[in-house]
Amino acid sequence: MEETKVLTQRIRPDRSAVWIDDYMDLGGYEALKTTLADYGPAEVGPLIKEAGLRGRGGAGFPTGVKWSFMPRFEDRPDERPAHVYLVVNADEMEPGTFKDRLIMEGDPHQLIEGMIIAAYAIGADTAYVFLRGEYTECRRRLQQAIDEAHAKGFLGENILDSGFSLNLHLHMSAGRYICGEESALLSALEGRRAVPRHKPPFPAASGLFGQPTTVNNVETICNVPHIVKNGADWYKSLGLNKDGGTKLFGASGHVAKPGLAEFPLGVKLGDVLEHFGGIRHGRKLKGLLPGGGSTPFLTPEHLDTPMDYDGVGAAGSRLGTATMVVFDDQTPIVGVLKNLEHFYAQESCGWCTPCRDGLPWVEKMLINLEAGKGQPGDLELLDLHVKLLGPGKTFCAHAPGAMGPLEAGLKYYRDELAALIPDDASNLSRTEAANANPL
Amino acid sequence: MIELSEAEIEGIKHEMSLYEDPGAATIEALKIVQEHRGWVSDEAMAAAAQVVGVTPTQMEAVATFYNLIFRQPVGRHVIMLCDSISCYLTGYEEVRDHLKSTLGIDFGQTTADGRFTLLPICCLGDCDMGPSMRVGEVYHNRLTPERVDEILAEYK
Repeated sequence: MEETKVLTQRIRPDRSAVWIDDYMDLGGYEALKTTLADYGPAEVGPLIKEAGLRGRGGAGFPTGVKWSFMPRFEDRPDERPAHVYLVVNADEMEPGTFKDRLIMEGDPHQLIEGMIIAAYAIGADTAYVFLRGEYTECRRRLQQAIDEAHAKGFLGENILDSGFSLNLHLHMSAGRYICGEESALLSALEGRRAVPRHKPPFPAASGLFGQPTTVNNVETICNVPHIVKNGADWYKSLGLNKDGGTKLFGASGHVAKPGLAEFPLGVKLGDVLEHFGGIRHGRKLKGLLPGGGSTPFLTPEHLDTPMDYDGVGAAGSRLGTATMVVFDDQTPIVGVLKNLEHFYAQESCGWCTPCRDGLPWVEKMLINLEAGKGQPGDLELLDLHVKLLGPGKTFCAHAPGAMGPLEAGLKYYRDELAALIPDDASNLSRTEAANANPL
Repeated sequence: MIELSEAEIEGIKHEMSLYEDPGAATIEALKIVQEHRGWVSDEAMAAAAQVVGVTPTQMEAVATFYNLIFRQPVGRHVIMLCDSISCYLTGYEEVRDHLKSTLGIDFGQTTADGRFTLLPICCLGDCDMGPSMRVGEVYHNRLTPERVDEILAEYK
């Protein structure tokens, strides 16, 4: 299947960076000029809303709607707080996810141009890229691109004589998956432990340093210049179903040709898999995580699933970051689950008890199952954890994210897991404990 | 108490200037100290806290939370081996066992000659080329035990 290259149109095969002169030769910063010349700040958001852009970080929240939550101060400059912030979430630590690195390293100005337009649209005067600490090459390229944009007058005071000013800084994280959670990211950016915050208040009301803040994913922001340049109708027409635009899709694990590609939202799962060469070594598909380590498994029965937010949702999973992790029919499911739950147990921030204590317990049970030391009742206890660590039971979405693949694993591969438990009918204590669950 | 170098202090002060609240520079201050000293000792941490204007306790709360802050001395080359799902599916366990036995150390340890420290790291974002590791700031991917031997030989 042919790719539809929008965000990746300038990415070079050798992945060397497109610096500012080449970027401008290829049409870069035209959308910024158009925005500052032809649009009022309040007119950009509705365009993005009309285009149907949804957040590409995993949650899929409509971007234009998110922007509309930001308070506007054009008519009441006296009430304007000291700062209004745009924060780009470039933490990208979900296992299996490697999409933002490609576009930041290969085409860093696309992100910067998108950020300037987005900051203008929400009335921000300061913007941060929150980049994961391991991405040092990305840091070098983004910093060079930021310096280039400054030198050309696209950043700083009075950008292109429009009266609009923006400071843009790069913040390097020091590593923790929880930093990708919107409110935990803000805690980290304030120089504290990355523990999530209660919402409300939402960041638009009280975000970074208590000021109005919007947090958007890298890929989301990279869409913005293209929408401004080509219009909402063009963008909507790219998607095959309800959702507008294209999406970066990735495949890793047991596919023949792992990598990244850009397709319209709504492309069939089977077509994406085929693009990546199908399953390697002539084996068969056993299952896949469609969009990173927190997305419930899909199985061979789901190959016709349209890969957009509603389509993957209807199949019982989430589109997530759309970077799929694929495993073949010779892969023991217990190992896959153990690896995933190890990650979540280790990366719990420890703020709330169900997550801090429950996830290591889950991991330990899976280690025992794999080692043939499982006990009757273990699967029921895992079921119980799926309930007790699920949505609404913990402070943030970390533990529910961990339970997504576990729940799907228990559903689709239950017989395989049950076969790991030694037949010991005399030991029923844990089953009884599970059955006597007072909740 | 030890004193930080001029370069460290300058670096930290520059970071402090980038935020509405200078205290936001705690994480970067720790990283700057680590860049200059290889790791963050109690004394260096207290000195950095003083520059940023937070208490050593506040600094430590941050230092113990983040994966990339080293609170113990590390070897000349820090190996971070990705242990997440895509690498796991493509041969992580074999590479891990080979690294441990070749270096004669477990995760969190440093070789006796001070050459390597071995650490686990979650998803390096190199999923299409797993198994992957970073040595210092350089990514190495599509690892096999043989490939690991070649790579280790590059680092003296």
